[in-house]
Amino acid sequence: MRRVLSVAAVLGGVLGVPSRAHAHMMSTGLGPLYDGLAHLFVSPEDLLPVIALALLAGLRGTAAARAVLFSLTAAWLAGGAAAALVSLPALAPAAGAVVTVALGALVAADAKLPRGVLAAVAAVIGLTIAAGSSLSHAPLGAAALFAAGATASSFVVAALVAGQVSSVAAPGGRIAVRVAGSWISAIGLLMLGWALR
Amino acid sequence: MSRASAIVLLLAALALPGEAYAHARGGEAAGLLAGLAHPVSGLDHVLAMIAVGLWGAQLGAPAVWLLPVTFPMVMAFGGMLGLMGVALPGIELGIAASAIALGYAVFREARPQPLLAALLVGAFAIFHGNAHGTELPPGGDGVLYSVGFVVATGTLHAVGIGFGLVHRWPLGRTALRAAGAGVALAGAFFLWRALSGLAA
Repeated sequence: MRRVLSVAAVLGGVLGVPSRAHAHMMSTGLGPLYDGLAHLFVSPEDLLPVIALALLAGLRGTAAARAVLFSLTAAWLAGGAAAALVSLPALAPAAGAVVTVALGALVAADAKLPRGVLAAVAAVIGLTIAAGSSLSHAPLGAAALFAAGATASSFVVAALVAGQVSSVAAPGGRIAVRVAGSWISAIGLLMLGWALR
Repeated sequence: MSRASAIVLLLAALALPGEAYAHARGGEAAGLLAGLAHPVSGLDHVLAMIAVGLWGAQLGAPAVWLLPVTFPMVMAFGGMLGLMGVALPGIELGIAASAIALGYAVFREARPQPLLAALLVGAFAIFHGNAHGTELPPGGDGVLYSVGFVVATGTLHAVGIGFGLVHRWPLGRTALRAAGAGVALAGAFFLWRALSGLAA
């Protein structure tokens, strides 16, 4: 029975792979560093998992928030560097949506994940999002600047959100954070629908 | 096949290289604005969202946050089904029934267990999502439409909770019950209209 379920899961995953990965880069007209800085803010499918992760880390306190922040940043930089050197596939939209749903649900449930698990999740998310940036088409210098900009913006977003949330002590504030998590999860469900449409 | 190897294979499958291409996309503003506007463009949807907030405020903690958490999540699930081509039968009837039931609950100051209230709200939310979650204008960005749709729905709940805070005063309780009766009556009108549409 377990084997059947495993095979079914794999088949389901294979069938869920979209024919096209919609990786994209935006252009500010100010150069690759600023393009990288702006990228996260015009890519809600990338921004939402980062915000959810920061909310989740912030709920677990400052130590967890720090671990997630530096793990995410290091992984984002590594993923960006890898994407600048070789052509890597972007995370399939359906998979990204599932990640968003899951992270939002964890925030809504106020899941008490250990610090190490949170840091590992942050590393996987940072690595996969940054690695799918399709930077290898650009000259190496420009790709490196784009990756640096994107890493910086992910660091700033995660630091601001996690920092704010970790300072929230009032029960009402924590509930507001959990409601925000449920909204992210809801958006992720709709993203999944768009991806599988 | 062990569970670990299945997970590894699944992750590898999800990461399969597709046809990746860089491009400038468009329709972000149109998608976001359409998503924000859509929940407030239909009175049936607006009344049901606000009634959820009113009822939550009447019930107090934990329902005051449990209901507004449940509704958007289940609504989005309904929207996802709609996007995947799974249409629910009797959507308009379900939406009208939601206004009647939620309005009546506010009118009667019904006090079920929080979980039961969440289940009731969730059961209706799926109709709202299935009906409204998929109406993206041509060229609009689907992800930002989703963001706008969920944010607007959550804001309507917050408006309902804000109005519902008058519950602490005797006159406010009466006003809330009157508002609930109004929502239920409007729901009855929507039901009549939906049934007329079916008969035509």
